[in-house]
Amino acid sequence: MSPDDRKYSNEHEWVKMEDTTQALAGITVYAQNQLGDIVYVDLPKTGATIRFMEKMGEVESVKAVSDLFSPITGEVTEVNDRLLDHPELVNEDPLGEGWLVRVTVADAAELDQLMSAEEYEAFISGLS
Amino acid sequence: MLATLGVASIDELFQDIPDEFRNPTLALPQPMSELEVQKELAGLSSRNRALGSGPSFLGAGSYNHFIPAIVKALMTRGEFLTAYTPYQAEASQGTLQVIYEFQTLISNLYGMEVANAGMYDGATSLAEGVLMACRVTRRSRVAIADTLCPYYRQVIVAYCQAQGLELHSISPGQALSLDQETACLVVQYPNFYGYIEDLAALTKAAHAQGALIVVSADPMAMGMFQPPGHYGADIVTGEGQPLGIPPSYGGPYVGLFSTKQEYIRQMPSRLSGRTVDSQGRTGYVLTLQTREQHIRRERATSNICTNEALYALASAIYLAALGKQGLRRVTELCYQKAHYAAALIAQLPGYSLPIQGTFFQEFVVQCPVSPSSINTRLLEQNILGGLDLNEAFSNVHHSEGRTTRGSSPPPPEAFHNPMLLCVTEMNSRQEIDVLIEALSEFGR
Repeated sequence: MSPDDRKYSNEHEWVKMEDTTQALAGITVYAQNQLGDIVYVDLPKTGATIRFMEKMGEVESVKAVSDLFSPITGEVTEVNDRLLDHPELVNEDPLGEGWLVRVTVADAAELDQLMSAEEYEAFISGLS
Repeated sequence: MLATLGVASIDELFQDIPDEFRNPTLALPQPMSELEVQKELAGLSSRNRALGSGPSFLGAGSYNHFIPAIVKALMTRGEFLTAYTPYQAEASQGTLQVIYEFQTLISNLYGMEVANAGMYDGATSLAEGVLMACRVTRRSRVAIADTLCPYYRQVIVAYCQAQGLELHSISPGQALSLDQETACLVVQYPNFYGYIEDLAALTKAAHAQGALIVVSADPMAMGMFQPPGHYGADIVTGEGQPLGIPPSYGGPYVGLFSTKQEYIRQMPSRLSGRTVDSQGRTGYVLTLQTREQHIRRERATSNICTNEALYALASAIYLAALGKQGLRRVTELCYQKAHYAAALIAQLPGYSLPIQGTFFQEFVVQCPVSPSSINTRLLEQNILGGLDLNEAFSNVHHSEGRTTRGSSPPPPEAFHNPMLLCVTEMNSRQEIDVLIEALSEFGR
């Protein structure tokens, strides 16, 4: 269910390298499922620096508000502006159209600290 | 439990309170019957001077305006009067509609995209605006115009002191020391002295540094002056009291709060919205609630816990009763009567108007003797005089001494015996002439 073209954090964010420096980040299918209908996503500004496993924003669903933790350190080069008017994209396609930020990665070695798709699947099956 | 706490007695828990305050002897009279108590209290209340019992020229944040009878007649209907905040919001369609109408009226009045439904009062609403501007900009320096009401300033200090925010005083008429760290510029419109600030220039200056401009505006002045929204203001707050609420010591009043659509996620309080149900019928819902009682909890934008829905209703009824033309007429009456009074006072020997510029219904007068002594004599003629500015500022200095950090209180302007006078539509020409005559005694 989790594709193996990306890495996963225990805070349920994913990060996917697009080339040697640019990466996309978002939340997992499991995360959006736990949150329920998402009504608002608060993202960092373009140009901001986000840090590995530190808070980079918030996601608000009809039942809870949760912090978003960055799965990678780097400078935000783009945020998914479509989410302002269509936060439901995070529910519908969390791994694709519902991506959150594009980042210039500062240290790709951080990816080694994250889980593979297989490890993440095992991780979430242990949660339920 | 005392053993767990490691104290020997309950009294020990209170030992930090000095002895003389712990169980002071109260000098209370002997018990009385209900009949006697009523007589006693009636006697005490007869010593009050009710606002309507003679001319008043006192304003400074709380204004004496006419309130049509329809305001009280409608707002005291049981359906409105007894309802508390709608916890099961959608079951209270009438309350939600009132909130929706109130929001619409206030956003129109201020020329803003969105207004929320209810803050406590003008001062706390402004302080919430300052905190919101800091959240939006993610900056922590606040520039406050020294023409802001000193009492409002005190409330900002109280709200900001534990938030690590830095407060600075600036003079709107001079070059502004704003920088890239400045979260917002705080301005009152008209200012504390009654004069109109150059909002166009101030807004431009704030925006040039990426800062927001937060304006506290008298809603009544919007009847004839351009609203702050016209100049691109980011957050506009105000005291709703002039709109159908009688002046009273300690309130309750109602705070007005409006902003731009792009910032609503950082806005305190809540929004009522209009929608349609599954059968296409109009209905009202609480569209946005950023308070901690709901899902945001510790991530709430504000801990404002209640609202002033009943007085929001009063303001909505007042505005609806007056209409656009009526509001403009009231505003013009205030303006013209105040200018009539100011022109006559300026001609009195010993009196002068120290501030140049456009004012609305309040203005500063320099007096030949201390305003307090004038007020004492005016009261003998059953006239309530204006605010003694020296006294007002010295009270603030006294109480601010301990709490202000990183900013000095605004200095009382270098005025001589300054009195802040207010003239509204409630003051007849005859009342004004009596005031002028009484004031002239002191200049001789």
